[in-house]
Amino acid sequence: MLAEVQTPETTKENAIIKASDVSVFYNDKQALNGVSLDIIENQITSLIGPSGCGKSTFLRCLNRMNDTVPGGRVEGKITLDGHDIYASSVDEVLLRARVGMVFQKPNPFPKSIYDNVAYGPRIHGLAKNKDDLDDIVLTSLEKAGLLKEVRDRLNATGTGLSGGQQQRLCIARALAVQPDIILMDEPCSALDPIATAKVEELIEELRENYTIIIVTHSMQQAARISQKTAFFHLGEIVEVGDTEQLFTSPSDERTQGYITGRFG
Amino acid sequence: MTDTTETKHKAGWGSKETMSKLAKRHRSEKAFRMIGLGAILIALCMLATLLVSIASKGFTAFVQTRFDIEITFSQDVIDPNNTRDLEVLRSASYGSLVRDALRKEFPEVKSRRDLRSLFGIVSKGSVKQLRQLVMEDPGLIGQTKVISLIASDDMDMFNKGYIDRNVVEADRRVKDKEVAWFDQLDNKGAVELVFNTGFFTSGDSGEPEIAGIWGAVVGSFYTLLITFVIAFPIGVMTAIYLEEFAPQNKFTDIIEVNINNLAAVPSIVFGLLGLALFLNVAHLPRSAPLVGGLTLALMTLPTIIIAARAAIRAIPDSIRQAALGLGASPQQTAFHHVLPLSMPGILTGTIIGLSQALGETAPLLMIGMVAFIVDIPGGVTDPATVLPVQVFLWADSPERAFVEKTSGAILVLLGFLVFMNALAVMLRKKFERRW
Ligand SMILES: Nc1ncnc2c1ncn2[C@@H]1O[C@H](COP(=O)(O)OP(=O)(O)OP(=O)(O)O)[C@@H](O)[C@H]1O
Ligand SMILES: [Mg+2]
Repeated sequence: MLAEVQTPETTKENAIIKASDVSVFYNDKQALNGVSLDIIENQITSLIGPSGCGKSTFLRCLNRMNDTVPGGRVEGKITLDGHDIYASSVDEVLLRARVGMVFQKPNPFPKSIYDNVAYGPRIHGLAKNKDDLDDIVLTSLEKAGLLKEVRDRLNATGTGLSGGQQQRLCIARALAVQPDIILMDEPCSALDPIATAKVEELIEELRENYTIIIVTHSMQQAARISQKTAFFHLGEIVEVGDTEQLFTSPSDERTQGYITGRFG
Repeated sequence: MTDTTETKHKAGWGSKETMSKLAKRHRSEKAFRMIGLGAILIALCMLATLLVSIASKGFTAFVQTRFDIEITFSQDVIDPNNTRDLEVLRSASYGSLVRDALRKEFPEVKSRRDLRSLFGIVSKGSVKQLRQLVMEDPGLIGQTKVISLIASDDMDMFNKGYIDRNVVEADRRVKDKEVAWFDQLDNKGAVELVFNTGFFTSGDSGEPEIAGIWGAVVGSFYTLLITFVIAFPIGVMTAIYLEEFAPQNKFTDIIEVNINNLAAVPSIVFGLLGLALFLNVAHLPRSAPLVGGLTLALMTLPTIIIAARAAIRAIPDSIRQAALGLGASPQQTAFHHVLPLSMPGILTGTIIGLSQALGETAPLLMIGMVAFIVDIPGGVTDPATVLPVQVFLWADSPERAFVEKTSGAILVLLGFLVFMNALAVMLRKKFERRW
């Protein structure tokens, strides 16, 4: 199983998301310029690059969150399992259920921990009855590594948790919708090193069942957890490749400069 | 050399300059706090003065002078044919019972003129009082019983001390003879001051001593109910649509400017609009809470919309993104998250709007809610008046006794307002969530 994932032939065939020549405009300002990237199933892909280079913008294209930005416009083609996600027949709301998202700042709803996790399954009708729902909530919390800490206070408000717990709650909430892909926009930027380590551990565990795309400003984090890394610069992808190779022998000098800390 | 010139130019920590800056800052902070405290004190003083002056004047409206007089419920007068038919009981001449009783009480009064003023010391409402007693219990007929009759407004004023007996008779509404009768009753212990339940249970009347506020309270309630039922959903939906769904363009800008302008339109203009629209075009009943409520809803709508938009805008975007990211539709996001979270703010705005509507008189005058209405409205289409209009009507009446009624009505109006605000606070508490 592990060997399979790591053989290059298999990974090449299993590109679950293919973005080709994606450009994004906010009103007249171009934020992304002809970006192409394949995301391999059951891998962690990290997006790195200096601030304002379009990482979040690209991430938001993948679940069409850019549709909600006033003045936002996406060009190019993005396919998920071979289907164009910007086709008119695609329901973007359902797409967002398949492609979950975890944000930079933990943003639990000001409701109970239980209701936070149960919200997605409830609106999508994923649970047949109360027991089903309980089950989904508990397994999601378990997968997010939060169950132990909150088992006896599922009815306490989600906003009363610590920052790291809140972020794991947000991950549990995303998992409860049973997505195939999880987008994470700097999920650890508001967390201390210990909470970061917990979330990283969690992300690595999730890789077995999910495809994860993570934006990060931490080179070490990208190196630690991801298999593929894409380096963004000024709205373009400068270099993309296996994480190890990109960090040890980058082919572009801008990548070299960024990962060695000369600019960014 | 260079060192000394430098210390001359640079103040540095601990120097005279920084210390005086510090002292200045402390002084100004202290002064600011004093000014703030002073402002609050002044506001409280004004509020206290207002309340004390109204309460001291209006308090006496809540009590009423009554005379204990022995009434003979004569069979011959009430029901000569012994039918006990309700119609007969209703139309019997209870006035003559009162007159007979007064004649018996004061046998020395003989002349026609004196008798007329003697009959005037009890209220015209005493007839209604006796009728009600007999209708409730026909067994009274044939008995003699001491009944506590409502005194006339002048006697009431005299008893409460608003009319001074030391003033020369010509300048006094209560003449010497009436004073003597009053004293005679008083010495017998037949004068009492009781809680004025009628004030809280009956409608308006031309006789101040039996005029009540309940008709206006019910009218205000129905009017505000209509206002709320119309303005709240429309206002909240408008705000949600404008904030969460409408595209940002010229058209929505124009709508926004117009809503803000509407909030500043004088209320009487809304009255004219209501008159033209609801009475002249839609032919809804005049003087009815339905029309009043609709008119006030027009007036309250902009207030609610503006408050609701502000409350909705204050909800952090991260909540919307969280919901959308889970695959909630924009509508689900708005109704499951944004609306409940902004409810406390929306309710505050709504209560402010409704409080304004409760105190509004001018637009209601335009649609005929200023009529003299005795009956308590039974629904939103019955003719009615509202509390502020009642205050206005009573303040405009010449009788001395209406002065205390006016203050009493204002007290009830304030009570209504406090009740509404308390309700709002309760609702807000219910919706408030910890972030
Ligand atoms: N809603 C928006 N409206 C207009 N311009 C935007 C919007 N969001 C992003 N941009 C612009 O698009 C560019 C890319 O922004 P993006 O947020 O994708 O950068 P980023 O790589 O995620 O940066 P960071 O690492 O700081 O999060 C920036 O120049 C930014 O100013
Ligand atoms: Mg970003």
